Amino acid sequence: MSTIALHDEHNHDHADHGHHKETLISKYIFSMDHKMIAKQFLITGIIMAVIAMGLSILFRIQLAWPDKTFPFLETFLGKWAEGGRIKADFYLALVTIHGTIMVFFVLTAGLSGTFSNLLIPLQIGARDMASPFLNMLSYWFFFMACVIMMSSFFIQTGPASGGWTVYPPLSVVAKAMPGSGMGMTLWLVSMVLFVASSLMGGINYVSTILNMRTKGMDLWKMPLTIWAFFLTAILGILSFPVLVAGVVLMVFDRSFGTSFYLSDIVMGTDILPNEGGSPILWQHLFWFLGHPEVYIVIMPALGISSEVISVNSRKPIFGYHAMVYSLIGITVLSFIVWGHHMFVTGMNPLLGGVFMITTLIIAVPSAVKTFNYLATLWRGNIRFTPAMLFAIGLVSFFISGGLTGIFLGNASLDINLHDTYFVVAHFHLVMGSAAIFGMLAGVYHWFPKMFGRMMNAKLGYLHFWLTFIAAYLVFFPLHFLGLDGVPRRYYAFTEFEFMKKWLTVNVFVTWAAIMAALAQVAFLFNFFYSIFKGKVSPQNPWESNTLEWTAPVEHLHGNWPGEIPTVYRWPYDYSKPGHDADFIPQTVPFSQTMSSNLPHDFEGNAEAEKIQQDWELANPVTENKG
Amino acid sequence: MSLRKFITNKTTAALAVLITAFANTSVFAQDAAAGAAAAPKVDMGEVYKSVIFYILVFLAACLFIAIIGKAIRVYELSREAQGKAVGINWNRIHASLFALFLVVGLYGVYWEYTVHGAMLLPDAASEHGKKIDEMFNLTLIITTIVFVVTHILLFGFSYIYKYSAKRKAYYYPHNNTIEKIWTIVPALVLTVLVLMGFLTWRSIFFKVEDPKNKPLQIEVTSEQFKWSIRYPGADGVVGNKNYKLTTATNPLGIDFKDLNSRDDEMADEMVIPVGKPVKLILTSKDVIHSFYMPHFRVQLNTVPGMRVYFEFTPTKTTAEMQQETNDPNFKYLFYCAKICGSGHYNMQKVVRVVSEAEYKTWIAEQKTYLNDDLRKQFNLPVAPAPAKAAADSTATDTAAVKTNQMALNK
Repeated sequence: MSTIALHDEHNHDHADHGHHKETLISKYIFSMDHKMIAKQFLITGIIMAVIAMGLSILFRIQLAWPDKTFPFLETFLGKWAEGGRIKADFYLALVTIHGTIMVFFVLTAGLSGTFSNLLIPLQIGARDMASPFLNMLSYWFFFMACVIMMSSFFIQTGPASGGWTVYPPLSVVAKAMPGSGMGMTLWLVSMVLFVASSLMGGINYVSTILNMRTKGMDLWKMPLTIWAFFLTAILGILSFPVLVAGVVLMVFDRSFGTSFYLSDIVMGTDILPNEGGSPILWQHLFWFLGHPEVYIVIMPALGISSEVISVNSRKPIFGYHAMVYSLIGITVLSFIVWGHHMFVTGMNPLLGGVFMITTLIIAVPSAVKTFNYLATLWRGNIRFTPAMLFAIGLVSFFISGGLTGIFLGNASLDINLHDTYFVVAHFHLVMGSAAIFGMLAGVYHWFPKMFGRMMNAKLGYLHFWLTFIAAYLVFFPLHFLGLDGVPRRYYAFTEFEFMKKWLTVNVFVTWAAIMAALAQVAFLFNFFYSIFKGKVSPQNPWESNTLEWTAPVEHLHGNWPGEIPTVYRWPYDYSKPGHDADFIPQTVPFSQTMSSNLPHDFEGNAEAEKIQQDWELANPVTENKG
Repeated sequence: MSLRKFITNKTTAALAVLITAFANTSVFAQDAAAGAAAAPKVDMGEVYKSVIFYILVFLAACLFIAIIGKAIRVYELSREAQGKAVGINWNRIHASLFALFLVVGLYGVYWEYTVHGAMLLPDAASEHGKKIDEMFNLTLIITTIVFVVTHILLFGFSYIYKYSAKRKAYYYPHNNTIEKIWTIVPALVLTVLVLMGFLTWRSIFFKVEDPKNKPLQIEVTSEQFKWSIRYPGADGVVGNKNYKLTTATNPLGIDFKDLNSRDDEMADEMVIPVGKPVKLILTSKDVIHSFYMPHFRVQLNTVPGMRVYFEFTPTKTTAEMQQETNDPNFKYLFYCAKICGSGHYNMQKVVRVVSEAEYKTWIAEQKTYLNDDLRKQFNLPVAPAPAKAAADSTATDTAAVKTNQMALNK
């Protein structure tokens, strides 16, 4: 009966926008409620992901069949695919915008924006973000950034096409390529808005976590998701401004004739007046953000998977403290490794040696995290929910992609691997696939919290297996192209004799990519269908300990109807011996779980230990607790 | 209520199955009829090109999946109605799929290593390249072991510890000893790799020049979308350049006021003697390119406004490499590896590694950058110093012409 009641109330909530003086605009558009903003981020992120995936299919078609014509491409793309073949300039635009959208709009805003907004207040026990208005602005800046980026497809010269790293002079000198005209200007404007959005979000996340935790929620009782979002936000706050600085200098170089990045340039016989700048400066500024950026992408995914793996293994996450310290280690180290993107860019080789050392050190905390995941699975009682499947997939990708990082982080090996398909394979596994899988795990896991309904599990299974297999089929073979010396961002492999042997591989990879893309239809259908027609979610569908599942299923502004619950314990008391259920929510005080308390739980509180001892003496039956 | 739901669901699903089956058979029947009538004439080429075809195939696949989904649902609900245990144990299915994925995946990795692994670059053709290859192999062995072991654990645990209502997970929040071990062991392994990498890196970029075996200087300049090669001429020194001197006749902006420039020679391909160190001087005219010569494990970006250097010693001639790779058409190449514009994918030059003697004859045939037009431009009435002609015993035609001109000018 309660299910029906909830159902009704939920419908009511959706159908009647009038109550609580909320209008359609204040509720769905300019909402200041963190849950609605999270949904806005998620849906925008999903739309951008679908666009970026579509772009990747376009250039995969070009790579697989460089000499075939596809009339439908001309129908869609017009002059950029005259005669049904994508032009070289447009190919580069596709690659560039695919990368930009995926890295910034999907895996930064779509991932952090969604789950930080949704989970931070709910998991630490706050009514909303520290500054709901700033939070709303953050979304709308992000939205504008997306619109501006996409608008560059509708201008004469096409979108920016100098690669997502937009190295000058290519991106600054308009004559170097069509994309470096208006398209690049739009790219820069979009990026400034995006960084502003990220900063507003990040400041909000940090201040909320530091100031608005509920009673009893000390830092060491926070779920790993919150730790991950917290450290990610710090990373973003410290590194994104550097990108803005770089971007502003680039705007100056492009539009006002300065020479921050330009010197000694001759286009054909046309001598440019710029003197004294250095293209390497941009690379330093860009990668000072760019490397932390890849951790901004992967850390929330790792946080989400920590939570999902623990819940669904019905086991505490192994080495909670080690997990936090390794996140902190990654955060700190990620600021001093940016140079490994520049080993062969003409940077002083002495620096190369130093950056190699710091880079390979960062593999240690990453390894610790991986081993801890494995230890968490060990002797667990694993429920393969769709979220859990994706979390396991993440661990697999994180291992595969992380290991190839050891090759690329080694400056000497990087000489021959730099800018080849080996790099493409590496980062698509470790930050592309792994982070996307983390995001999907989060969507499947917290969908009930977002929409009050469940997603269809079987479509989730289908989605997982198709995507997991296809992702490996796409990216594993690409390593070997790189090892054969095939550079990335090549429009066609037709001009080199030795590359022709990879054409069949390219065809295979393209089919696998198409399969991966089609598999997402299962997700998209499931997602949008379940928003309206999914089974209504129970209060705590995954039998999870964290605070968000104590909030009512129907959304309230302020999250909890009465007082915010108090937290008594860490979030990972799963399968604790001596307790009847295999989970103990954070809100259950130790006084109610006398049979399962461990001496360690009291953190040296002598009085509590005394009470526990007395209780154990009085109840000798439960003495043997394993 | 669940019974009612079950009946409605079952009927709808059964109906759906029946209708599809009927539709399919009738379509097949039509197909068969049509096929019988015009079997040999059907040209499917156009069909395969049309987008509609693929959309229909996809929709058919979706329908197929939907039917399977419904069938599973019917099965589950009938089990439920009969009061038996839940229809399908998805946990067991996923656990088995992970185990299967592990086995097939490991075989796939083995297949990739052996099949695609055999299609890679041949062994390094340079001295430092051998060190890089050794380190690559060491890293590959270590990472492959870790890769295989961790994946066996990951999917193995997924298989073994699948959900069972009878079991409770083992409460095991931490173990400091184990955590210390798996922090220190990776740290030690990485220390070894870092040290080796660091020493190799130093040996590549911080070479002590041997005065008896001075490297051959070759300057390579990149621009959209071609390379220009400049040999130093008899003096062994590549002369100065200044981008402000660039004209149509002097595309590299060579400063011919610098005496070292006057004998600099141009070449269509890079020819280098085997066993002799080569010092590449890399520059760029317009945007950043990357000088990538993978057979020699050489790569460095060419950056406008900067001169960067890479020194290497080729160890195998092109002919030797042709034998080794069993490919008579084998060529060493260098090409661009940094995105530089629409022609990025086709920016290559051939490298020939030859014997010292062959190199000498070849270099003697190359023309200098300095020509009459440039001489006028730089107010150089006198062409190369006579010493050059004397020193160069195999005086070429061009040199002879120049000497004549010099005589005429006098």
